[in-house]
Amino acid sequence: MSLISQLPVLPIIVPIIAAPITLLLPKGRAPHLWATLFSWITFATCVWLFSEVSANGTISYFLGDWAPPIGIEYRIDLANALVLLLVSGIAALTFPFAYRSVQLEVDERQTPAFYGALLICMTGLLGVTITGDAFNVFVFLEISSLSAYALIAMGARRDRRALTAAFNYLVMGTIGATFFVIGIGLLYQATGTLNMADLADRLIGQNNRMVQAGFAFILVGMGLKLAMFPMHLWLPNAYTYAPSAVTAFMAATATKVAVYVLIRFFFSVFNFDFAFIGASFTYVLLPLGLVGMFAASLVAVFQEDVKRMLAYSSVAQIGYMLLGLSFATVEGLTATLVHMFNHALMKGALFMAVACVVLRAGSSSINAFAGLSKRMPVTTWAFILSGLSLIGVPLTVGFVSKWYLLDAAFSAGHWYAGFLIVASSLIALLYIGRVAEQMLLKEPAEDGKYALPKEEAPMSMLIPMWLLIAANIYFGLRTELTGDIATRAAEALMLSAGGAP
Amino acid sequence: MISPGLAIPLALAVPLIGFIAIWLLGKHPNLREAATLVTGGILVVLAVIVFAAVGEGQRPGFVLFEVIDGLPIAFAAEPLGAMFAVIASGLWLVNSVYSIGYMRGGNEKHQTRFYMSFAVAISAAMGVAFAANLFTLFIFYEVLTLSTFPLVTHKGDEKARNGGRVYLGVLMATSIGLLLPAIVWTYAITGTGDFTDGGIMAAHADAVGPIAGILLGLYVFGVGKAALMPVHPWLPNAMVAPTPVSAFLHAVAVVKAGVFSVLKIAVYIFGIDFMADTGASLPFMWIAAASILLASAIAMHKDNLKARLAYSTVSQLSYVTLGAMLATQMGVMGGAMQIAAHALGKMTLFMCAGAIYVAHHKTLVSEMRGLGRVMPWTFGAFFLGAMSIIGLPPMGGSWPKFFLMLGAADTGQLATIAVLMISSILNVIYLLSIPVQAFYMSPAEGDAKPKGVNEAGAKGAGIQWGALQEAPILCLAPPLVTATGAFLLFFFADPLYNFLTPMIGGG
Amino acid sequence: MDDWFSFILARYNYWIVIVLMMTGLYIVFARGNLVKKIVGLNIFQTSVFIYYITIGKIAGGTAPIYMGGELDAAAHHEPEGEHGGDAAGHDAEAAAHGAEAAAHDAGEASEALHAKIDNSALDAGNNLKDALKKAPPQSGEAAGSLHAAPDVSSDVAEKISNNTLSHLDKTPPNPGIGPGLDLAPDGLHDAAANAGHGAADAAHAAVEAIVYSNPLPHVLILTAIVVGVATTAVGLALAVRIREAYGTIEEDELEAADDIAEFGRQASAERAPA
Repeated sequence: MSLISQLPVLPIIVPIIAAPITLLLPKGRAPHLWATLFSWITFATCVWLFSEVSANGTISYFLGDWAPPIGIEYRIDLANALVLLLVSGIAALTFPFAYRSVQLEVDERQTPAFYGALLICMTGLLGVTITGDAFNVFVFLEISSLSAYALIAMGARRDRRALTAAFNYLVMGTIGATFFVIGIGLLYQATGTLNMADLADRLIGQNNRMVQAGFAFILVGMGLKLAMFPMHLWLPNAYTYAPSAVTAFMAATATKVAVYVLIRFFFSVFNFDFAFIGASFTYVLLPLGLVGMFAASLVAVFQEDVKRMLAYSSVAQIGYMLLGLSFATVEGLTATLVHMFNHALMKGALFMAVACVVLRAGSSSINAFAGLSKRMPVTTWAFILSGLSLIGVPLTVGFVSKWYLLDAAFSAGHWYAGFLIVASSLIALLYIGRVAEQMLLKEPAEDGKYALPKEEAPMSMLIPMWLLIAANIYFGLRTELTGDIATRAAEALMLSAGGAP
Repeated sequence: MISPGLAIPLALAVPLIGFIAIWLLGKHPNLREAATLVTGGILVVLAVIVFAAVGEGQRPGFVLFEVIDGLPIAFAAEPLGAMFAVIASGLWLVNSVYSIGYMRGGNEKHQTRFYMSFAVAISAAMGVAFAANLFTLFIFYEVLTLSTFPLVTHKGDEKARNGGRVYLGVLMATSIGLLLPAIVWTYAITGTGDFTDGGIMAAHADAVGPIAGILLGLYVFGVGKAALMPVHPWLPNAMVAPTPVSAFLHAVAVVKAGVFSVLKIAVYIFGIDFMADTGASLPFMWIAAASILLASAIAMHKDNLKARLAYSTVSQLSYVTLGAMLATQMGVMGGAMQIAAHALGKMTLFMCAGAIYVAHHKTLVSEMRGLGRVMPWTFGAFFLGAMSIIGLPPMGGSWPKFFLMLGAADTGQLATIAVLMISSILNVIYLLSIPVQAFYMSPAEGDAKPKGVNEAGAKGAGIQWGALQEAPILCLAPPLVTATGAFLLFFFADPLYNFLTPMIGGG
Repeated sequence: MDDWFSFILARYNYWIVIVLMMTGLYIVFARGNLVKKIVGLNIFQTSVFIYYITIGKIAGGTAPIYMGGELDAAAHHEPEGEHGGDAAGHDAEAAAHGAEAAAHDAGEASEALHAKIDNSALDAGNNLKDALKKAPPQSGEAAGSLHAAPDVSSDVAEKISNNTLSHLDKTPPNPGIGPGLDLAPDGLHDAAANAGHGAADAAHAAVEAIVYSNPLPHVLILTAIVVGVATTAVGLALAVRIREAYGTIEEDELEAADDIAEFGRQASAERAPA
């Protein structure tokens, strides 16, 4: 029972054991340090796992040594190794970042519960990614969602609307997850198994209404979780009123994991022979992705609160991912995977910058950003660099994402989609430009409504943020990790779906 | 000595080192300025090394690394790029001297930020000049836009902010909205974006054929820095910047990067023959011709000197675009030489405009009557620059016009020749009138003083007629240098022609 | 007309599911009181539980709880976690390799269990039946339950099922039954796994072989119930907090309060009482 043979279960076991212990720790520094330590350990295991998978191919692990399709299998190939790396990496940066921000925004008595819930949320997201069993996905999905509801509600100390936001998210999220479990049930009824690989075998040739209904339920259920337009309504409020560190973590991970689940079901469970797959690409993902891109971007331009602006921006970026998926080509799938990774880096950094501003200026309203370049230059430049990344300026990950997406669009013959992609990027230019202009060119607000920041954000927040920015630039220059891995993963997924590579 | 292959990356790195040096020396103005000048000097040397190597037939190159699979950041020097690099670096040196005079003479703020942005901008311009493929070109093109933004909004007031908004908005919108899709589309169809002699489209003629016009349009309008109407508004709006910035933007870095990119794409991506065969460039030739005339017409109505020069620039840049879209060897040659000639000529004009502002705070043409008598050197240089722009011998600007007309005759586009001639006449009207009025007319009302009166006028700081009141020497010498350069270009046209011949394929 | 009627009546279980599902969803959308919304969610989730139950229920099947004495070595095979019968997977391996194999493999897995297997074909029959219910490779609709399985395309399979049901203490007439183990070896893994207890029991009560309902959905439902309870708890806790913070748990009043906070005025058409 060596460590390496048990490696696949470590990213789950380690944090899930640490989480309840966090609750027992005294409030203050201890829960935070404990949670940070375990987030780093988890990240290390995910890095190890990733290197194993990328060197030696798909890993299959039977939980408890019980063979599938009865036992639960953890199945890690390149696609979910990448997502595992992403989620644990973001967690490893957000956890140390969170301390000062949480100190301000969350009641001190709640901190043990806060960090415990954060660990559980991370565990849930990792579990969704790592498992190869369909029902297990539901379980971990709900684990992450329930803790997310609680985490969002903990922002009530700053703004009581966090409570209603969390409640609405709870209702919508539960409906979504329940739809998903109905879909799983229908698939189970049709095939008798819950193991994804087994499902794939047994679904071949099946095209009856039971399977179609199951597919539809799964699509809608996960669509709600990933904030596919028009089921995104929970997202803006949830992201705006949650504690800023929670927003940074969730914006970078939760929806990406849901997109991953969708990809996994589309390609590794269902296959291209299934009639609904082609139809859903053309009639569901493509139009909803396009509408989401534009509608959300346009709404973002007019927002007064920067967190809300970035939340709508996230909905638009999800639209990009769905668009890439809808091309049904290897390039399109690669573009989606690359953008999943890159967007997490961009949005994580942006929300971290906003968290710094909230800490020092007390508000995330756009007026609080006025003249920030003079008082908080480091944070200003962090925001601007990640904002440029979002727009798609070369040398950043955002540009790499755009390139892959455009390449996929033109190669697939969907040239109009290419132009729509750049058009919505220009809208991003508008809203990022608004904030940048406030920060660089406007004078600091003197009327005292927004506390003038007296100093720069603390180091414990600046360092993780700038590490994320450095990642933005690094992966914008060297794409072997993101691009090459994503291409390999996409090819494998395409193959398993029976499509042309 | 440094090998040409190494000189290329050094040409990008040295200004960035200068950037850091300027930052560190911010508190010591003289040392800081020295850093800029030293960087400029080294850059000129590097550019000349590459220029000489290319002149001998070499094509030095340098590959940095692959960003995405199949997309390296790579550099390669060829005649057009080498010429642009020499012009850009040389004129940056001249402009830096001028900037020192202007910024100090006008007691401007934020000078460190000013020189730092300049350093990054020139590095980006070098990147554009030496780019070996579309991907690299796009990267440095964008960096150029972003690094010049702080320069345009330097003054920091409401007008500067609005100007900056239009500047960034138009340039980013065209580059992200039109140029980027065009580049990706090119890669998707042809599988490459490398600048190749004869172009890369010919090999994929059946795939490109139907969309050649669309693709060319995307490129021509996507390169917003070429200021082809109607994507030109950023240029007049950038006049809110201090004059050294305008001189740099309108002669050296930004606009030249724009038309250079258009020319390079036309020659090395589409290929002259391919464009001629498919006729894709014909509509854009007409748009360029219209742009020439329209911009000149607008220029005539502008009283603000810088605004007038801005529209003149739009018009002159469209000469280059016209040359590229004529799709003939002589046309392209004319366009390429216009890059050099216009750089020298326009820079002279802008630097004179700045000198006038520093010395007498005059910005309107109507206020400059009779000013030539107290600023003879400035207006003399202006006169020479104007002659070059108009295209009269013995100034360098006459040769590009000549080749453009040859190219137009080659294709049988005689209407274009008419356009070129009408444009020259318009240039005479709105450009030459300025020095002529300055020398021969009496000062306007309010400034009118009888000859011989020396004391300050009723405004308190009026012009003391009768005494020579030139701009400070640092503002005066550079325009004289560039005017001389424009003059010398006339005589060195032949070596330049021979240098550029490989670009058009033998000739 | 008659067919229609019997069609509807025969599927009463699914109708219940649909009615509850829609009722629950409707309550969530239509009711403004937060607690009522949560109740609606609960009803919605309950419909899902019933759905899972109904696809696991086998006509004439009893609860899949193993009740045998000597075989309480099997006690540790109680379903744990989400997919019970995992341990029975070992048993499944054994049972799938045929009667003798089963008897031999017994020693490895659970000695007591397999030592008692006299009529391995009987087990095989039971297992096969369960397997067929869960994983008919040819049919898509039949897995649910016997009473809703008109489309089993494999005649042999049907015969086997019927035969095992009715001739439980006889060797099945079709000699293919024994080798019928080969029909769905994979299914047998599942079946045997889940019917591990069943197999053991059948071994004892060779005369009255017991039909079990599929235990796997039960496990799934348990999990879903737990999730539902947790969700309800979080939802109600949030409702309490909202009550403390806003003074109300009516959705329209909450929206009005939020609108005022957001826009400084009420944006909704319905004005809530001040």
